[in-house]
Amino acid sequence: MTSSGFGIGRIRWNWLGALAVLIAALPLVYETSTPTLLAIWALFALSLALMWGYAGILSFGHAAYFGLGAYTYAIASFNIGESTVPLLLALVVPAIVAAIIGALMFYGRISDVYLGVMTLVVTLILNRFMNATAGDAYRIGNARLGGFNGIPAFPTLNVPGDPNWAIYGTAYYYVVIVCLLAAYLIARWILSSAFGRTLIGIRENEQRMELLGYDVAGYKTAIFSVSGAMAGLAGSLFANWAEIVTPSVFSLGQTAEVLIWVIVGGLGTLIGPMIAAVALGSLKLGLGHQTTIDNSLVLGAILILVVLLIPRGFAPSFAAWRRLFAQAQVHRRQARSTRRRRLALQDAKQ
Amino acid sequence: MSEPVVETQDLAVQFGGVHAVDHVNFILRERELRCLIGPNGAGKSTFFKSITGQIRAANSSGRVFIRGQDVTGWATRHIMRLGIGVKTQVPSVMNGLTVLENLWLSARRTAGHDGADAAVEEVVAELELNGIARRLVGELAHGQRQLVEIGTVLANKPWLVLLDEPAAGLTNAETDRLVAIIKRINQTATLIVVDHDMHFVRTLDSWITVFHQGAILVEGHADKVLTDPSVREVYLGNRA
Repeated sequence: MTSSGFGIGRIRWNWLGALAVLIAALPLVYETSTPTLLAIWALFALSLALMWGYAGILSFGHAAYFGLGAYTYAIASFNIGESTVPLLLALVVPAIVAAIIGALMFYGRISDVYLGVMTLVVTLILNRFMNATAGDAYRIGNARLGGFNGIPAFPTLNVPGDPNWAIYGTAYYYVVIVCLLAAYLIARWILSSAFGRTLIGIRENEQRMELLGYDVAGYKTAIFSVSGAMAGLAGSLFANWAEIVTPSVFSLGQTAEVLIWVIVGGLGTLIGPMIAAVALGSLKLGLGHQTTIDNSLVLGAILILVVLLIPRGFAPSFAAWRRLFAQAQVHRRQARSTRRRRLALQDAKQ
Repeated sequence: MSEPVVETQDLAVQFGGVHAVDHVNFILRERELRCLIGPNGAGKSTFFKSITGQIRAANSSGRVFIRGQDVTGWATRHIMRLGIGVKTQVPSVMNGLTVLENLWLSARRTAGHDGADAAVEEVVAELELNGIARRLVGELAHGQRQLVEIGTVLANKPWLVLLDEPAAGLTNAETDRLVAIIKRINQTATLIVVDHDMHFVRTLDSWITVFHQGAILVEGHADKVLTDPSVREVYLGNRA
């Protein structure tokens, strides 16, 4: 007897393979800038989906780690002159900051509501602070923080060891896709490990897990940090894509968007929020080309509709519908064979 | 006489002006089965929680010793790691997970990743949970959920088991089965059972501590305590 899968499900390698082929072939028929941005947003959504959907930690300030990743990359690449170490720092710095904030919150036994408020406040403080860093006094090494205007023209991604060999365009698209795929597989690996199962237990009943002797605060701090690192990676990739970092990476809009992606995609899945990020991100970019409707109104309306009509989000609802359909098929097949047997019996009697 | 495995010295818990536990000196010895009874608000569950570190230090005073170790002020998880299993008053289970998954999470901490499945199988067999093993706990009836919670306690292989109202909401047949299970657990572990159900407590045929207004009113064997006039007066009334 095994303990079963904790609702995580298996990776469908055939689907993943088909998707990989499609994604790999996309640059043959379409420009790569928009898909690159959408993949970065999907990575950002994945980072929150892992933490919120599986450990039950709702952060209203996940943009803080996205922004920290972006700024860390920009500042470090300005100072170092190449991208490999800055990219690693963009993972490590948000992870450390998240670990410190997480430890303070979780070991401090802050309730969920205050946790939400604290994470939001951290983001707002960073946003305010970065907006106020105009002038020569605000510099880290060679990098001027630039206040509202941010940091432009920092060295973007290059092939490791060769700063002159820049990665951009289609090559950058593939780098982002590889990062997204790696992050997804790491998230899956985490969830299927004992650590991931413990997180799911904590999401289900923190008190019970504490009574079983688990260090609940330690587990929550760890996943908060991992999620922060993933958001930081998304932020650094975004910085490379945009080639400028401004305080808007810490904005409320950024924080709200990632929450909406996860809610619409569905809590307790990784794929759902990633798909929602791509779909809603495309919609947002599409709406950005017109001025008739404000795109935040549309996003808000979609969120309200999803919460009212499919509160579990698209991916879990889709899985439930598919299960129902499969059950209905089985029942129909059983009914048909019963009918056939009955007819055969009647024929035999006659 | 064996050494005490649980001992409280002058333990007191106060919420505002209310003395929920009033300077209690309590001793429990190895392999003992002890029932805590008392009317609602007598302080049984609060006492229970203060032994397991679930009451904030600011609200309590006195000392708690487990196997001679002073655990006063310890975090709950550290106390639990001494080898203690707790079933709470309201079933505290993971409703969104299956019975097997609940048990696995409990077994994994003590038996490790590799040994957890075997420990789970053992508990499933002992509590006869086979029929519901793959069902979500949230879909089960109250009695089954109580049993699953006891299963999560046992999967941890504790030497000290604390059961808060394990018979609450059970049918007579389920209660009889629970008595058999508790007696079986008591062959290898020390137990404290908090309950209101007099039929259940009498069937357990154990030593009883009666709480009243946060303090210990009387202690003794079931036969003696359940016929004690002071106990009848404060708690049992004419039901005894």
